[in-house]
Amino acid sequence: MSIPSRPRYSGLSPLTGNQHLLVADGAGGQAIVDMSRQVAPDWFAAAHIIYVVGDASPAFADMPQKLQELQARQWHESPTIASALPRIAKVLADAHMGMRLYLAGTEGLIGQVMQLALNSGMEHSSISTEHRGTLARRLQCVHCKGITEDVTTQPAQCAHCGLWLLVRDHYSRRIGAFQGVCIHAEEPLNIPSAVTSFL
Amino acid sequence: MSQHVLQFKEETFRDDFVYSNSRWAIDRFPFPFDKDSYMYAVNLEPHTTGRAGSIYEKSFDVDEHYVAEMRERALTLLEDPLRCQSLPHMTLAGWDLLELIMTHKARDYPELFELHRDGLQWRWVNKPLGIEQSFIFGDEATLPYGPMEYITRQSQGDWCVLDQRDANLWMDAGMVTTQADWSLDFDIGMNFFEWHAPVPLAHELGIFQRALKFLLAIPQGAPARRLNWTMTVHPRHDTSPENYPKWGPDRTTVTAENVAELMYLRVELQSFWRLPRSNALVFPIRCYLIQLNELVSHPKWAKRFHRVLRDLPKELAEYKGFERNRALMVQWLSQFDDGALTSPGGGPN
Amino acid sequence: MSAEHLKIAVRVTEVQPVNALITRFSLEALDGSDLPVFSGGSHVVVEFGSCMNPYSLMGHPFNTRSYSISVRRDDAGRGGSRYLHEHVKVGDTGLIGHPVNLFSLNLRAHKHLFIAGGIGITPFIAQMAQLSQPGQRATAPFELHYCAQSADLAAYADRLKGLYAGRVQTYFDNENQPLNLVSLLQGQALGTHLYVCGPSGMIAWVRTTAAQLGWPSEFVHFEHFSAPQPGKPFTVELATSGRSIEVSERQSFLEALEAAGVNPPYLCRGGACGQCETRVLACDGVIVHRDHWLSEEEHQSGQKIMPCVSRVNGRSITIER
Repeated sequence: MSIPSRPRYSGLSPLTGNQHLLVADGAGGQAIVDMSRQVAPDWFAAAHIIYVVGDASPAFADMPQKLQELQARQWHESPTIASALPRIAKVLADAHMGMRLYLAGTEGLIGQVMQLALNSGMEHSSISTEHRGTLARRLQCVHCKGITEDVTTQPAQCAHCGLWLLVRDHYSRRIGAFQGVCIHAEEPLNIPSAVTSFL
Repeated sequence: MSQHVLQFKEETFRDDFVYSNSRWAIDRFPFPFDKDSYMYAVNLEPHTTGRAGSIYEKSFDVDEHYVAEMRERALTLLEDPLRCQSLPHMTLAGWDLLELIMTHKARDYPELFELHRDGLQWRWVNKPLGIEQSFIFGDEATLPYGPMEYITRQSQGDWCVLDQRDANLWMDAGMVTTQADWSLDFDIGMNFFEWHAPVPLAHELGIFQRALKFLLAIPQGAPARRLNWTMTVHPRHDTSPENYPKWGPDRTTVTAENVAELMYLRVELQSFWRLPRSNALVFPIRCYLIQLNELVSHPKWAKRFHRVLRDLPKELAEYKGFERNRALMVQWLSQFDDGALTSPGGGPN
Repeated sequence: MSAEHLKIAVRVTEVQPVNALITRFSLEALDGSDLPVFSGGSHVVVEFGSCMNPYSLMGHPFNTRSYSISVRRDDAGRGGSRYLHEHVKVGDTGLIGHPVNLFSLNLRAHKHLFIAGGIGITPFIAQMAQLSQPGQRATAPFELHYCAQSADLAAYADRLKGLYAGRVQTYFDNENQPLNLVSLLQGQALGTHLYVCGPSGMIAWVRTTAAQLGWPSEFVHFEHFSAPQPGKPFTVELATSGRSIEVSERQSFLEALEAAGVNPPYLCRGGACGQCETRVLACDGVIVHRDHWLSEEEHQSGQKIMPCVSRVNGRSITIER
């Protein structure tokens, strides 16, 4: 049972539109493949797929090929999320109303591409999202404002200022991260052991 | 018209904590409990003004702490500019807010504030802060700050400016330096349910759905208000999450001997005003602090507060951050509680 | 919350026929004080004689001296607009409510696309004036597409073309100039917001087309100009107060309640704002829903009604008031 600001991803489903931009990382590619069974074969003629390989797990070695078989009008493979963002920003800048966005994979990918989408004039409630893969979180330290990537423990140490942070479920779309608050502020020497919690 | 003449005090809300309430300030304190127990409610009511001597007499109450509080705000902003932010589409709402505060203050406290308007050429005089500013209404280049920041640097309490769209309210601008432990920088851009997400229990009670429906319908000229409360150690204004490592340890310094001196009841007068040109809603959160020692000078408050704290659900005390010291407070307050009946309503009698 | 206690006494300072169907009325505060500034898209509920209808404010939102409304004469209705056309003269006095906005601009839009049908032009006139106010930093561009039966009935078209050269396009039915909605919508950049105001059929057409082209509903804004229609009389059982009242033919359900001293809150009196929503406990007859607030399911369930515009075809209805 989580809190209302914790994002929920309802799963990829085809949206009404005339252009479709699909962005996925890691296991998220499979969500696109799964959705392809719900649409007519020519649906992808209006689609642009961007796939982030990331820390390519052998389990997804064949993902690029599976996605290319969908024969989208445009296809691109990026090594990391960061390297994919400029291309995504440009596609969104050129887009018209009727372009629909689909994000699948880690929360980090979804959150960062969502930020670009919001800045380009889209609304989060009309973007289709599906979480696949690790539950590791992006965490913003409320004290130093630094963002720590791939947080899997509770508590977690801020990679910028070194404070140990309670990893909250409170999430900001604008920042694309969960909130981290110092867990040992009242008793500085009392730091609970880090337990793996978000895998 | 209140006969009380305001004497602005030289106070600090950090470091040496030089702060106290005069008898006048104590007697008008917005004690938030109208009965001997507390639970969340949509306790919104019309923000009717006029009750002489009360904090509700004027639209935006100015008290003896005004000058000191504005100095404290300026210090907080020097340390952390992220406490005041306005997303680009909220500038029009900022002008609405500037007009609202200036016109009401000039009307309600003519001995302290003046507003002279000649078309769009305005001149604002703030005597307590020694400010005189000529500017063109609507032209940001003629003010030293954006309109929201400009006027809220001169207005007690926090200010959240909410964009109204898609049947929801969005916290898209704010001046937040006296908050009870939430971050504007993190929450800016969130909607009504999202920024309230961390509040325990209230969502299940449907509090926020009902409150939102009411707030969305507030028209111009009919503001509403409610009270909220928590506890703070020392009369500290900056209890932001950003600075939690600085003020958090204070909670561990409270003892049976100093509890009445260190613990402050912190009451927020929240109000909601429709802004005319932007159709936004402004949500001022005005913070009033009273030391436990000061509070018990009214026997009814002492008894009632003892009972409220004693019986409060643990989740609320934890969320409000004082569970650690609750037993100490309840113990100290118990000496004032003879078990007698207390009258309904929050007034001292 | 209704704006009951916030009414403003006004005097008519101008009655100007604009075309065969539409007349403009200008109003000033009776005591000479400033009228409230407002946000473009706002309406006020206008009370003169037997007329108590909402009308969009079409004047400049920052003009505190005077408000203007344009009223299309509707002979099939209950007579509110006809009353204004036939009986109200310069110098007459009446009441207006405070401005309320149920059709506001989304200020985050990268562009505002306005589609007006007939008298639906009025809210856009105020909004375009607001967006054109000098001194504002970055306001988004706008474009107006204005459909009318004929050039004569396209009130203010020439003035708007003059004010906003290049951003106003007109389409007259009698000159066979249809609006190519599909092509218009397909060409809009991401972040464009669409606003439509006009006859119900036109609104439905625009909303359906936009949805089919992939416009999410958050980007499509609409305002109906609904006024209560006359209908057969019926009885109302007020369960909470235990009283029984009659709704006559030309009275709206809401007006009958108010005449009996029952005052549900309202903001629009036109079936859009949701404030007067009332629980139905029983109905001997069929509820005729004319609102745009309740969902399909709620309409079918027969458990709720919007008394401002809806009625009962039958003997009686029991409500929780």
